[in-house]
Amino acid sequence: MSAPTLTRQVFDIRDLNLWYGDHHALKNINFPINKKEVTAIIGPSGCGKSTFIKTLNLMINMVPSVKMTGEINFNGQNILGEKMDLVELRKHVGMVFQKGNPFPQSIYDNVAYGPRVHGIKKKKHLDELVIKSLMDVALWEEVKDRLTAPALGLSGGQQQRLCIARALATKPDVLLMDEPTSALDPISTLKIEELILELKEKYTIVIVTHNMQQASRVSNKTAFFLMGELIELDSTSTIFSNPNDSRTEGYITGRFG
Amino acid sequence: MSARANFDNNLKELKEMLLEMAHKSEQAMKESMVALLNQDMDKAKKVIDGDNEIDDMEDAINNKALLLIARESPVATDLRKISVALKVSSEVERLADIAVNIAKSTLQIGNEEYFKDIIDIPKMMGMALEMVSESITAYYSEDIEIAKKCAEKDDAVDNMFGDLIQELLSYIPKNPNATNQIIQLSFVCRFIERIADHSTNIAENVVYLVTGKRINLNE
Repeated sequence: MSAPTLTRQVFDIRDLNLWYGDHHALKNINFPINKKEVTAIIGPSGCGKSTFIKTLNLMINMVPSVKMTGEINFNGQNILGEKMDLVELRKHVGMVFQKGNPFPQSIYDNVAYGPRVHGIKKKKHLDELVIKSLMDVALWEEVKDRLTAPALGLSGGQQQRLCIARALATKPDVLLMDEPTSALDPISTLKIEELILELKEKYTIVIVTHNMQQASRVSNKTAFFLMGELIELDSTSTIFSNPNDSRTEGYITGRFG
Repeated sequence: MSARANFDNNLKELKEMLLEMAHKSEQAMKESMVALLNQDMDKAKKVIDGDNEIDDMEDAINNKALLLIARESPVATDLRKISVALKVSSEVERLADIAVNIAKSTLQIGNEEYFKDIIDIPKMMGMALEMVSESITAYYSEDIEIAKKCAEKDDAVDNMFGDLIQELLSYIPKNPNATNQIIQLSFVCRFIERIADHSTNIAENVVYLVTGKRINLNE
């Protein structure tokens, strides 16, 4: 990847359009994403928020009929503009999904998976990465005595934190989170939210959430999507106290959507 | 039907409770002035006794508002509606306290004959009550223009207050026996000036409710 730019932006999305076959799913999206900030994406089901987040690491390319135009500039390089090394891109832009999805391997191997793919073989180096990643997600104390135990034996909340650790092990710049707590109980949800607040010191985080309180608690910026359009992007305090667009107001107050 | 019909009904109820409280406070202020002018001790005592009911109404509004915050997690306009209801109820409660203060001054003066006709104080009270009425109307109709119109009158009340205080204090040397009533009437002037201030605060809250912006209408 190119060297990080001096600007505050890690992503600069310009005039992004996306079609699934004939369906125009994202319409003229212009969206700067600042470094070391949490950006929350909200909107009703089918508004394009998950589609949007999956464009940021080109996971969207796995959908066969997808067509995109515009620019997604990541650290100054348009990832749509040339043949992209997807493995390299996803090393820098990690992703965590709705439900914890550990590999059917040990806790250790789950976290070491990414670094191994990227060629790290030395056990000492891998050990360091695994420990650091597990510490970063506040899971180390809970699993340090059972690193070789199956990851699937962990609770739902622990599995999700393990998946975040797995994403962090490749030392990404950006962490994408697609409804990371929708399958978790309130306590596990709060742990993930606290984790997000800690992680933003080091990482840029983009989180899709249906939970308005979560968006208002953890994010610096909030974007509201509706029917494939970015309706409003502003500081979270503005969006939740005095949004500019009546459609944003209607959605966040639960009056439509 | 709105997905939040129940919440909307509760917000409406909160507003209605506040309007009823404001109506009672307005009545208390009017009664306190009548009691002062007619030196009607019974009426003054009634105003004082009636304050508990208004305090209870404020408690009920606060409890309902906090419950709505806890249960509905309001944001944006909804949150402003609730926070403004809390603020306005506090201002209205202070208005009722002012009615009590005027009634207490009436009791302090007692049946001692006024040393002169009381003409300007009810005029000043009329202006202040007009502001109260406008500020509450502005809150009810969420109308910024009425709120601004209300606040514009504050300077006139302030000026009248300054003039009246000077005039009242100037009477003391020639009417030393009336010192107590002059002091009490000065207090009443001060209380009325505070009515105008509370009305202006309500008007500012209306502007915040509608626009989300805090402005000082007193400048």
